[in-house]
Amino acid sequence: MIKMDNIRKVYNTGKIEVEALRGLDLHIKKGEFITVIGPSGSGKSTLMNIMGCLDKPTTGEYRLNGKSIKQLNDNELSELRNHEIGFVFQNFNLLPYASAYENVEMPLLFAGVGGKMRKRKVEYILNKVGLSDRMDHRPNELSGGQKQRVAIARALVNDPNIILADEPTGNLDSHSGKEIMELFVNLWKEGNTIVMITHDPRAKDYTDNLVNITDGCIV
Amino acid sequence: MIIKNIIQILRELTKQKLRTFLTLFGIFWGTTSVILLLSFGMAVKANTSKTMHGMGEQICIIWAGRTSISYGGFPKGRNLSWYNDDAQYLKDNVQLIDDISPQYSRHVSVNVGSKKQYFSVNAVWPDFKEMRNMVPREGSRFLNPLDQEKRRRVVFIGNEVEKTMFGEEDAVGKIMYIGGTPFTVIGVIIKKEQDGSYNGRDKDAIFMPTSTYLGIYGDRFVDNMVVRAKDVNKTEEMKHAIINAMAKKYRFSPEDEQALPIWDTTEMDQFLNTFFNGFTIFLGIVGVMTLIVGGIGIANIMYVIVEERTSEIGVKRAIGAKKRLILFQYLVETFIIASVGSISGFLFSLLLMFAINKAPIEDFVGVLKFNPTIAFTSILIISAITFVAGWGPAKRASTLDPVVAING
Ligand SMILES: Nc1ncnc2c1ncn2[C@@H]1O[C@H](COP(=O)(O)OP(=O)(O)OP(=O)(O)O)[C@@H](O)[C@H]1O
Ligand SMILES: [Mg+2]
Repeated sequence: MIKMDNIRKVYNTGKIEVEALRGLDLHIKKGEFITVIGPSGSGKSTLMNIMGCLDKPTTGEYRLNGKSIKQLNDNELSELRNHEIGFVFQNFNLLPYASAYENVEMPLLFAGVGGKMRKRKVEYILNKVGLSDRMDHRPNELSGGQKQRVAIARALVNDPNIILADEPTGNLDSHSGKEIMELFVNLWKEGNTIVMITHDPRAKDYTDNLVNITDGCIV
Repeated sequence: MIIKNIIQILRELTKQKLRTFLTLFGIFWGTTSVILLLSFGMAVKANTSKTMHGMGEQICIIWAGRTSISYGGFPKGRNLSWYNDDAQYLKDNVQLIDDISPQYSRHVSVNVGSKKQYFSVNAVWPDFKEMRNMVPREGSRFLNPLDQEKRRRVVFIGNEVEKTMFGEEDAVGKIMYIGGTPFTVIGVIIKKEQDGSYNGRDKDAIFMPTSTYLGIYGDRFVDNMVVRAKDVNKTEEMKHAIINAMAKKYRFSPEDEQALPIWDTTEMDQFLNTFFNGFTIFLGIVGVMTLIVGGIGIANIMYVIVEERTSEIGVKRAIGAKKRLILFQYLVETFIIASVGSISGFLFSLLLMFAINKAPIEDFVGVLKFNPTIAFTSILIISAITFVAGWGPAKRASTLDPVVAING
């Protein structure tokens, strides 16, 4: 499903050049649960953003479902992000003025899904993440764990082929962190493909597919 | 799809109350202040022009002077006087004259009932009315040729005279004793602004036919004459013709500048024109400055808001919003905000104008009038600034890679 070959990413901040990824190869098959670990600053987020088409590699070949990302124009990339990728951020990135319902509904609006269908899907998915009683709450009226559930629901609502999560439990206390981890494990068991960055030492309890990144390379 | 989008935009706008309010208020205030300021300027301009012309437009006042050049056997320093028939003489001999009236004037005690007061009593021809802006109040009239012919004992009085002698009552039709002789009041002048004058303000004066006046007082000389040319542009020529005609009759040098002093108000008009041209330029500059200041304020708010939105735009892009959707949302949003803001600012400025016009400051600034050109250009320019200020950042935010936009 994901084929990354010799991916390099160089950040150019004024005088200093930072090579965040140094020729990295990664192949992910459908139905896998990959956990990415590694020290801070090693390039995990950089990798994830490229995988989610939120950023472009400096060089290297990235194929998602057989399509070469380089060849896609902006509209096609937007559609890809909308339909095929569900991205979960460490700091949730919910729109503060919109309710949980409206946040989850947004990808469907961008996809042009009709009103009745939207309602059905949003309610189903919010129910699935256990938030059916918080639909009209705004992010600042929700706990961290609940916010992350909204973000996961938003990532899932368009039935993506792959779910990417960048430290989804990083901003949560251990209890809600555990709950969110369990949610991901259940999603995986339902057949979803998941890539997750985590610092959680118990990561290997959930999956044996561990990718360790250090200094922009897989070790 | 478009309608769904607009609904969503409206929803977002109402949810982001503070942000929407700030922008709306900026545009609202910008529009209000520009429209109001320029209307003030226009009103002051119109008012000044009106009061400057209160005495009359494009007229010449002629007095008798004293010769300063010896001529035709007469030594210099001879005092001249104009006789009762000189006005007719000039009217017959100078073709360029359109209207003319002699004017006699003296202070006479006037009484009504037990009230007694001195007023300036003037005698003039009916032509005086048009030249000197003697507008009668509704239901009253100025002196007419019949009054003149029949030597009627009628007077046209200033509004302050009426107030002093009759209080709040309507003086028209009432009797007023002037130097002991009863006169009927046939007209009262409407309240007018008058900055220029040569023997007191019209509001404090009494006017009667010259025939009646001469019958009572028997003056031999006029105090002054008032004339107006058929064509304003020929005023200079007319003055020369008058001087030549009088010089011939009274044997003084046509070159003698002091023999026949003339106050030509068209000269003042020329000055006023220059002054008003300057004032208009000044107003234009003030308007442009206000627009710039207002525009900078709005541009600032817009800029900050779109910058602040960059990460939101990034999030939207991350979950699949296309570039053109982001820009379309921005356009619709700006359109809604700019139109609501500027239209409410426009309505508010109308309201303020209405309120200001009620306040007792009319004498200083005149009446504020709604000027559609000013209003619509202001609205247009302010909306354009709003749009342009936000367009750059919005476009930039939509072009960035989502992760870059999210991180600001
Ligand atoms: N936008 C950027 N501009 C410049 N340098 C960047 C940028 N983003 C990341 N970097 C640099 O790239 C390197 C990798 O960063 P990255 O965020 O991928 O690390 P990470 O493994 O996710 O770390 P953490 O565990 O702390 O989240 C770091 O040295 C970082 O400073
Ligand atoms: Mg990271």
